[in-house]
Amino acid sequence: MAARIRKVGLPYLLLLPGLGWLLIFFAVPLGWMAFESLKSGTLEEGYLFSWEFSNYTNAISDYSEQLLRSFLYAGLATAAAFLIGYPLAYFIAFRGGRWRNALLLAVIAPFFVTYLIRTLSWQTILSDSGVLVDTLRTIGLVSDGGRLLDTTFAVVAGITYNFLPFMILPLYASLERIDHRMLEAGYDLYGRRRDVFLRVTLPLSMPGVVAGSLLTFIPAAGDFINAELLGTPNQFMIGNVIQSRYLEVADYPTAAALSFILMAFMLAIVLVWARVAGTEALLGTEGERR
Amino acid sequence: MEAGSATAESRAEAAPRAARSPNDRRRGGKLLDLGLNVYALLALLYLLVPIAVIIVFSFNDPRGRFNFIWQEFSLDAWGDPFGVQGLGDALVKSLEIAAVSTVIATVLGTITALALVRYEFRGRAPINFFIFIPLATPEVVLGAALLSLFLNYAVGLGFGTIVIAHVMFTLSFVIVTVRSRLIGFDRSLEEAAQDLGATPWQTFRLVTLPLIMPGVVSAALLGFALSIDDFVITNFNSGSVVTFPIFIWGAARVAVPPQIYVVASMIFLFTLAMMLLTVWQQRRAERMAAVRPDEPAA
Repeated sequence: MAARIRKVGLPYLLLLPGLGWLLIFFAVPLGWMAFESLKSGTLEEGYLFSWEFSNYTNAISDYSEQLLRSFLYAGLATAAAFLIGYPLAYFIAFRGGRWRNALLLAVIAPFFVTYLIRTLSWQTILSDSGVLVDTLRTIGLVSDGGRLLDTTFAVVAGITYNFLPFMILPLYASLERIDHRMLEAGYDLYGRRRDVFLRVTLPLSMPGVVAGSLLTFIPAAGDFINAELLGTPNQFMIGNVIQSRYLEVADYPTAAALSFILMAFMLAIVLVWARVAGTEALLGTEGERR
Repeated sequence: MEAGSATAESRAEAAPRAARSPNDRRRGGKLLDLGLNVYALLALLYLLVPIAVIIVFSFNDPRGRFNFIWQEFSLDAWGDPFGVQGLGDALVKSLEIAAVSTVIATVLGTITALALVRYEFRGRAPINFFIFIPLATPEVVLGAALLSLFLNYAVGLGFGTIVIAHVMFTLSFVIVTVRSRLIGFDRSLEEAAQDLGATPWQTFRLVTLPLIMPGVVSAALLGFALSIDDFVITNFNSGSVVTFPIFIWGAARVAVPPQIYVVASMIFLFTLAMMLLTVWQQRRAERMAAVRPDEPAA
């Protein structure tokens, strides 16, 4: 009997430390933040719990601009990362040959440079008296007084760059797994290149498209570093608001409410994607014991 | 792939007078091929140019506070990389935090992954989902929530709270990485060990752990990289401790000395060297594994 209990209890015992950490430092804090988000009052007099649901409606109406902008920028960056990343992933998977590993190393190379410094590098590249702006002014693509830094373009380009490897790696993984005989079969059936791509390659790489777009979109929508370093307050996203409400103004109720609003949107998007892609592909649990 | 093309070839030989073999169609579109190659090259350039800019501008001798405009070549910053007040201390602090939190996250994450893949028990599906949620939560939210906890219990912010935060947000990554290595693991090796009289602990230490080690090592490397790179979550829970990313954030608003680019270049080159070394060692191990003693001599 004791042995049986030990056997049944063993997996839970093994799960205890890891899940315990996540419970105490991830789940419980969310509970505290929920508590925080329903308080009312001011910083001077202190915040008191009062089921203040209007914090949520006020946060949405006060910061709807930044909320919409976050999803717009994240959507644009995800689309741009897909357009840049898919051909590159395809090239590495099908044409890479013996250079495959070297090319993959080049894809993850930006991760070897600290996030903030990568963004500072974009500041340098896009700066008003930099080579790029000078050249574009000479060709006439940018007007004489025109700038690249502190524009929407700069912020979206920065976000795209910073999360591009998250898009390319899952795309590559799903393209690389495609059985080449499937493509041969497509050609043998007199499929044109376009047909074979649209009807065989692209559908087979969908798990990578789904994973890559989520891995890009989620951090992009919550990002505030690119807007801060490459934009102006006109480009600020919801992350900028949460960060400054929390750390600079100490307006905890608003910041907490906004955090939950952002998280709710994210989970909604993830769940919709999960319907499309299947939870197994999303959670990476294929092949577990059942 | 080889089997496929062989069939196609033999068919082309069998019917040489066929008007158009399927292979002919594929030969068309040379322009498309060239287009793809050029496009891929441009995408690679986009990925690598900012890194090149960092390395080039680490040799700059900037006038003024920011390192935006190329002035002249100088080795000054490389000669004295930690000459900027606080930069060296911040880097050391980041390395300490990454080391401690990686050890904790790797141990906890490996045990959790083992339990998830190895045992059948109630509630596994919701637990898998629970582990996934932190990965789908924006960093600002993770950082802000943890700060709510610390504020409510009046926990002093500093080294300890940063480590707690880093273990929290790297743990899910470690679990997912080790789990993917465990799936498809050949259990008969463990059964064999136990048949030969090994205790469960001996089986784990001598059979299981060595086999999953590559997964554990890559999980640890990922955790270390995430920890040392993190700014957003750290910024919420750091108190007065200055890590490397926090130092850069402060500098970005006041002055960016070329030393920051020098240290970034050093980290980049070091990581690159480590990666190349790992790849080289793996290749060597594969070559050695390929020569099996029981294979009949050719």
